[in-house]
Amino acid sequence: MMKKLLAKTYIWILLVLLYVPIIFIGVFSFTEAKTLGNWTGFSMELYKNIFSGSVGGGTSLMAAIKNTLVIAVIAAAVSTILGTVSAIGIFNMRGRKKNTIQFLNNIPMINPDVITGVSLFLLFVFLHFSQGYLTVILAHITFCTPYVVLSVMPKLGQMNPNIYEAALDLGATPAQALRKVLVPQLRPGMVSGFILAFTMSLDDFAVTFFTRGTIGLETLSTYIYADARKGGLTPELRPLMTLIFTIILILLIVMNVRQGRSKDGQKPIIPVK
Amino acid sequence: MSDNNIIIDIEHLSKSFGDHQVLKDISLYIRKGEFVTLLGPSGCGKTTLLRMIAGFLQPDEGKIMMEWDSKGGKSEFLDVAKIPPHERPLNTVFQRYALFPHLDVYDNIAFGLKLKGVPKDEIDVRVRKVLKLVSMSDYEDRDVNSLSGGQQQRVAIARSIVNRPKVLLLDEPLAALDLKMRQDMQIELKEMHQKLGITFIYVTHDQAEALTLSDTIVVMNEGRIQQIGTPIDIYNEPVNSFVADFIGESNILNGTMIEDRKVRFLGHDFDCVDEGFGENVPVDVVIRPEDIYIMNKTEGAQFTGTVKSCTFKGVHYEMYVNTDSGNEIQIQDYNAFETGSTVGLIIRPDDIQVMRKERVENTVDCTVVDETHIEMLGEEFECKPVSGIAPGAPAKAHISFSKIDLMDHEEEGTASGEVWFILYKGDHYHLTVKTESGEFVYVDTQDIWDKGDLVGIRILPEDITVTEGDEQTK
Repeated sequence: MMKKLLAKTYIWILLVLLYVPIIFIGVFSFTEAKTLGNWTGFSMELYKNIFSGSVGGGTSLMAAIKNTLVIAVIAAAVSTILGTVSAIGIFNMRGRKKNTIQFLNNIPMINPDVITGVSLFLLFVFLHFSQGYLTVILAHITFCTPYVVLSVMPKLGQMNPNIYEAALDLGATPAQALRKVLVPQLRPGMVSGFILAFTMSLDDFAVTFFTRGTIGLETLSTYIYADARKGGLTPELRPLMTLIFTIILILLIVMNVRQGRSKDGQKPIIPVK
Repeated sequence: MSDNNIIIDIEHLSKSFGDHQVLKDISLYIRKGEFVTLLGPSGCGKTTLLRMIAGFLQPDEGKIMMEWDSKGGKSEFLDVAKIPPHERPLNTVFQRYALFPHLDVYDNIAFGLKLKGVPKDEIDVRVRKVLKLVSMSDYEDRDVNSLSGGQQQRVAIARSIVNRPKVLLLDEPLAALDLKMRQDMQIELKEMHQKLGITFIYVTHDQAEALTLSDTIVVMNEGRIQQIGTPIDIYNEPVNSFVADFIGESNILNGTMIEDRKVRFLGHDFDCVDEGFGENVPVDVVIRPEDIYIMNKTEGAQFTGTVKSCTFKGVHYEMYVNTDSGNEIQIQDYNAFETGSTVGLIIRPDDIQVMRKERVENTVDCTVVDETHIEMLGEEFECKPVSGIAPGAPAKAHISFSKIDLMDHEEEGTASGEVWFILYKGDHYHLTVKTESGEFVYVDTQDIWDKGDLVGIRILPEDITVTEGDEQTK
């Protein structure tokens, strides 16, 4: 009995420690006070300010949000396609070659972002790539693709290996078999991969910081970083962070519900950094 | 082609995966409308052969010729090696159904027709027709995952035959079903074959299924065709001990062909119908358990025996009888005979199937090391003194089946191997052992081994006779 109580208390302390800071920001996004911690009465003013575009210095906050979303959508879409094709290729390999490639696929995921960022920066300089939008997108595709591979692979494993051959046998060309049979089978994995890639791209700072060049491209993370360095966080960031947290939370719930519904009883994928 | 009824002609087909040769020089032709079964134990190459006909695998050597409708409406014969599977006029029913889980029953069946651009109303008619044929008429909107194994297999068959292929390939389609369902489906498949008139090529490891369904059975083992024939031919006149053992129950015994129409086995001389073996030639004799007449009196019997066990099997009794020559034989009869009783036994001449022995001793390639040593099976063996063969020269080692000792532990033998195939010969076991070097040796033994046992191989020096290489190759 005592043991059970202790275990319960422990988990609650853990949860409180984890979520109090986020709830704190959430609560204080509904007040106008300049410094965090002062409550000057309930107000939706900060939320209004974000969407009216009247925040920030040189680059507006709205522009940073727009950049972040554009980059995240393009990077997630491209890495979903690349990752799916790669997963099919890797799945059909045999023995040693397969293990090697799978190992190589895992390295970028455990590699610290700073190192990925700096190495990409050096590569772009070496190739005389002018850095900006394109390089940031390329960089994001690079670190997102392995996650898609990882979420599509188990779907391939669950698939009846004869399905692709059955499609060919019934007169489908290899391209038709891919489109009409393989992709519908892999779709849940591809959607998970896309959402994973999207969230990875959304909150990336290190890689973006090193590959955005000097044209003044700001994403949310670099904007917040610059803002904090200028002295104190802009109050409008509080509602913004609350919004982002809520959106990500919803995406996660959607993903887990989808996984839960699929009959194969596969474990839900939770993005871990 | 001399016979224009032929639809597929396979010539000298070989295939290897890495070092392992799975098909060795396969030649066979298939007639239009025939129900052909490729039968053999797992790993015999039958599925590989089917996948090559379907186009999923390319042969290393040899040709697959297929009847082909050219544009002008004429049919011709051509080598399909370079033609991808989706252009071949045949369809496959896979072992694990391979239905498309994201499509319902109707769309699964319509898949091939939609790709060909068949008009919608025609698709409708054809899908309904095949659904009726496989007795699944009310299931068109069902999710394929909600169907039982047998129903899924019906949909898989419907999905193939709706395209009206010239040849239907079936890869162990009933293997995943339970016995009762399998027997029902066998009858339905046979009816379907008669109704449709399509050529069926059917792969199975189940000999009873092959005997039930086929017009022609192709028995395969170790990548080679052992025998091609009708079920009756294969059952009654197996060409070698592998086929005899694999198809049905059988007593396989060592015998000697004394002269034409006279064979000696079980210590007695029997009249038989076989001729042309020569005189005093060692042979294998096959007698089916149901072909031995058993009776309570010993007068008038060809030989006698003592009943060792008697088991009721539903329709018949299965008995093991020790003969007066000390062999054990299996007998099936509608009457039971008491255990321990003495019985008289008769075998009719035309129930005796005589087969030439594939080999009478082990003949192994070796290299002479010195006067008393040779290298064979990847190891060095001591042997009878060799004369007249220079060290380093290739030679043949001759070892009698009964002079090879098998050891429990691999380390105890000079060489080691795995028990590959077991044949009971009435008073001893005839084992095929695959050595570590990949060669086969044949061993006669009284000891009981299981398939897959790892054994040490020991041969006494005086039992190894070495002769010159060329002399024995004929």
